[in-house]
Amino acid sequence: MPEQTSHLKALNSQTRSVGLGVGPAVQPGSGFGLGSGLRSNVDTGGIVKGSTVECVAGRTGFSLREVAAGPPEAPILTDITVDLPEEGIILIVGPSGSGKSTLLRLLNRLDDPLDGAITWRGEALSAMSPPTLRRQVGTIFQRAPLFEGSVLDNFRVADPDVSPERGGHVLEHVGLSAALLDRDASTLSGGEAQRMCVARALLTRPKVLLADEPTAALDIDARMSIEGLARQLADEGIAVLWVSHDTDQVRRLADHVLAIVDGKVAAFGHLSELDTHADPIVRRLIGAPT
Amino acid sequence: MTAAFLALGRADIGLTGLAASGGLIAVGVGISLWRGLGLERSLLWAALRALVQLLIVGWALQLVVDPDDSLIWSGVWLLFMLLFAAWTTAQRAAGVPKVFALSLLAYALSGIVTLGVLFGFQVYELEGRAIVPLAGIVVGNSLSATVLVSRQLLEVASEQRGVIEGRLALGLSARDAFQPHLQRALRTALVPQIETTKAVGIVALPGAMVGLILAGVDPADAVMVQISVMYLVLGSVATTTTVMSLGISHELFTPAQQLRRL
Repeated sequence: MPEQTSHLKALNSQTRSVGLGVGPAVQPGSGFGLGSGLRSNVDTGGIVKGSTVECVAGRTGFSLREVAAGPPEAPILTDITVDLPEEGIILIVGPSGSGKSTLLRLLNRLDDPLDGAITWRGEALSAMSPPTLRRQVGTIFQRAPLFEGSVLDNFRVADPDVSPERGGHVLEHVGLSAALLDRDASTLSGGEAQRMCVARALLTRPKVLLADEPTAALDIDARMSIEGLARQLADEGIAVLWVSHDTDQVRRLADHVLAIVDGKVAAFGHLSELDTHADPIVRRLIGAPT
Repeated sequence: MTAAFLALGRADIGLTGLAASGGLIAVGVGISLWRGLGLERSLLWAALRALVQLLIVGWALQLVVDPDDSLIWSGVWLLFMLLFAAWTTAQRAAGVPKVFALSLLAYALSGIVTLGVLFGFQVYELEGRAIVPLAGIVVGNSLSATVLVSRQLLEVASEQRGVIEGRLALGLSARDAFQPHLQRALRTALVPQIETTKAVGIVALPGAMVGLILAGVDPADAVMVQISVMYLVLGSVATTTTVMSLGISHELFTPAQQLRRL
């Protein structure tokens, strides 16, 4: 990962204001409502204190304090305390059933925690209107949820006023042809459908993108293209939180890694730092070189 | 129109006629035995149960058809009818949140709206012999459509969870995220009734009209009664399923616009 680390550091070395180049509907410098982009040039990784992790890297996005979640009779997450920087790509890893997806669903309030507190940019999630939060914190699911109708019809669910011109620009931005705009969404291939869902999510101008194993059902080519798209978006200033159980993917994609084991934070930090983590489970989860 | 109902009193098929019609059940039993369907007991039980239920209903109707009797008896009958319909819906659509309360509300509102129009415009006189049968038509015809729409919405909430949460994740309100599924479920529940209404008189003669004609009512009068009954059925099915589906849609989501796990 040395090239990625240096890449991130290069990104962090400047205050950026980026646009996604999706046509006249987007103001120069605004991106998809991104605003100021990455401001911090601090890159110090995380410090693990038991199950508590303090992150001092970049601008803090989500902060979780003693969060428990899952079914009340058998919580999956029991004690999550972590500050997540809002930059680059954070890979969330853990054994099956450890609560990775459960955690992600808390961040856009598709579920609420049983206990504890979550804030985003200093504001309590519980005090935010869920639709307002969800438009700023986009989500990509493992199985791309396709709505009835054409690709443009799908876009209009996210933005009823989207023009065909802007729709075409957004498609091109995620690496798809604008000609797909009139295609029935159900006829898209797995990779195309997932990219279309990313494009659809971008129409709400998110500042963060949550991705719940978005490539798990895709072939290797489609997987690589979605990973490339995530890197592109992260470079443009949209922080990505990506759940994965694929160690190769973790090594290709991660700027930071959050490891969850038994419903608690086992580790958080830069990939290179975690390669020498004391816990062998953490090293195995990130595919650390032996 | 009351005359049409009064005319029912002229029909008297007698015990012999009743026994003869019951012989038709023997035909069904014979077919079941012949083809090895194993439905003999079910057929006999259904026939016996219908006989007993209707005899009881006929006896109880005596309480409400006399114009001198208080409308309180009709009210008691209506209340029982509503509770039984809501209970039946709750049994057939188990798993739907607050199904008993919602269906009770749906049948009651539907009855108030549809019967309110019929009695408000004095299509029928406000008396027991009209209130009870018409309410029975409202509830009876709405029941299957209400169960259908309830089951379908429950199924959709489970099977289409990914699509619904996909819309929620784009910032849609719970109402907007569920709207396409609500529309589809309502269409499914209403279309059969609409098709039945369209085909009436061509494919089949409706029961109420046939009953009136057999009872000696002028066919022209019988048709008028039948038309009002059909409109009543259509209006009540539409009202009940709409109230029910809106209620269920509301219950499927938390105040934080999250799809509940049922």
